[in-house]
Amino acid sequence: MEKEKIITVKNLTKKFGDFTAVEAISFDVYKGEIFGFLGANGAGKTTAMKMLIGISNPTSGEANVAGFDVQSNSEMVKKNIGYMSQKFSMYDDLTVKENIVFFGGIYGLSRAEIKIKTAALVAELQIEDIINSLVGSLPLGWKQKLSFSVALLHEPKIVFLDEPTGGVDPITRRQFWEMIYTQAYKGTTIFVTTHYMDEAEYCDRVSIMVAGKIEALDTPKKLKEQFKVDSMNDVFLKLARNIE
Amino acid sequence: MSIKVQNISKSYKNLKAVDSVSFEVKKGELFGLIGPDGAGKTTLFRILTTLLIADEGSAAIMGFDVVRDYKSIRSAVGYMPGKFSLYQDLTVEENLTFFATLFGTTIAENYELIKDIYIQIEPFKNRRAGALSGGMKQKLALCCALIHAPKVLFLDEPTTGVDPISRKEFWEMLKRLQQQDITILVSTPYMDEASLCDRIALIQHGVVLKIDSPENIIKNYDKTIYDVATKNTHSLIHDLKNYPSQYSVYAFGEFVHYTDQENNFDRKELEKYLKDKNHTDIKIKQAQIAIEDVFMDL
Repeated sequence: MEKEKIITVKNLTKKFGDFTAVEAISFDVYKGEIFGFLGANGAGKTTAMKMLIGISNPTSGEANVAGFDVQSNSEMVKKNIGYMSQKFSMYDDLTVKENIVFFGGIYGLSRAEIKIKTAALVAELQIEDIINSLVGSLPLGWKQKLSFSVALLHEPKIVFLDEPTGGVDPITRRQFWEMIYTQAYKGTTIFVTTHYMDEAEYCDRVSIMVAGKIEALDTPKKLKEQFKVDSMNDVFLKLARNIE
Repeated sequence: MSIKVQNISKSYKNLKAVDSVSFEVKKGELFGLIGPDGAGKTTLFRILTTLLIADEGSAAIMGFDVVRDYKSIRSAVGYMPGKFSLYQDLTVEENLTFFATLFGTTIAENYELIKDIYIQIEPFKNRRAGALSGGMKQKLALCCALIHAPKVLFLDEPTTGVDPISRKEFWEMLKRLQQQDITILVSTPYMDEASLCDRIALIQHGVVLKIDSPENIIKNYDKTIYDVATKNTHSLIHDLKNYPSQYSVYAFGEFVHYTDQENNFDRKELEKYLKDKNHTDIKIKQAQIAIEDVFMDL
């Protein structure tokens, strides 16, 4: 296999006092893959993701993201990844352009680079009309598409998306996934969480966390075969039932 | 009529959040407002629960006018806002006692009504609300909205951000409440939940696009949708969009939902086109229409 591993996780564990939020999870993610990271509320997804993006130290185990250890080299991890979530995307009281310049600066791009990137983004998303509008005045779907693009400004190897499409209208949700596909096709690895089970079907592989552990990991097709059901929704229900 | 809404409009500065919305909800009905963020659902809820005054139009809950008779409405309805708004520093039991007291009742008096739901969080009754998981918070909020035995229940996006299991359980609870003759108005951005309501209103940009039972909405949809799948979904979407007679192309779970402009659409021709584009494992079959398909075509 010539598949290049971009994330390797070995026995990654996080405890808060007596409570084990993430219990010895292990998996690999390959370059250019769309990896769906699913689980019920409270299953430990957010805790695991925080360790992978270098903002929370593991209690034990290890993870390597984009070639760097998340514990000993977390700053390099942060430089090589992009991140967006529904809760935090961009600053509402800055304009679209100001947000791009701000995040470009944060990610260490030069003024010249930011200028080029901004022009490319405007052309790609056709946003000439709203480039000077406050982000707060835009519909949610637009915000999400923009913040995905902003998370990609520094051309990260991996982008982490934490429920990027929650509450977004059905058409924009699909446009968002087309952006994800295009980006994965270009070789960017996508690590995504969602509560929409139809979106789980769009992933190359999916892991399902239950009570801190990864209980299943495979392609959507194989998971459905394994659990003898027709949809990812049923896979999810079968696996996570009676938890909490 | 439990809820009667007539030509309600509300603007915030230049934004028309709700634009001349009308609908009626019968006693004991489970009625869904289905639409994405920004559709105007929350504004409508706030108007109906007397927390906001509409610019135009009128609305009545159990015959009480939302402006003139607001006090009667407040004691007769239960409201679960979209944002978790219980006291995070109070325990589960303290929150419930607090809401019971506000409405001049006790937990014991209406225990039967909430028993089903409360029993699931009772083991954690001494835990602070802020330390509960998403699913448990949602159950507590529902108990607090029910503790005064309301006749009409308003639930604003109770399942947003909640995982599929908790969502399923939540809808089962709603069905049981409905059997106790409680009228329920619920909003959700999840189109798959529409089929669980008796009737729904599809809403976007403040405008109601359609009101009917989910079955009728699907039955009356006049286009044929095809499930299409090949080995490479990304290029499939791209190629389908370039097919000359395409009407719409939307990823839909495992398949791509394809609609053609022509009535005499020939799937063999599409198959050949996809083969020529080097697609393999081509599957084309008639699809089950979902509320989401109808919504996207409105």
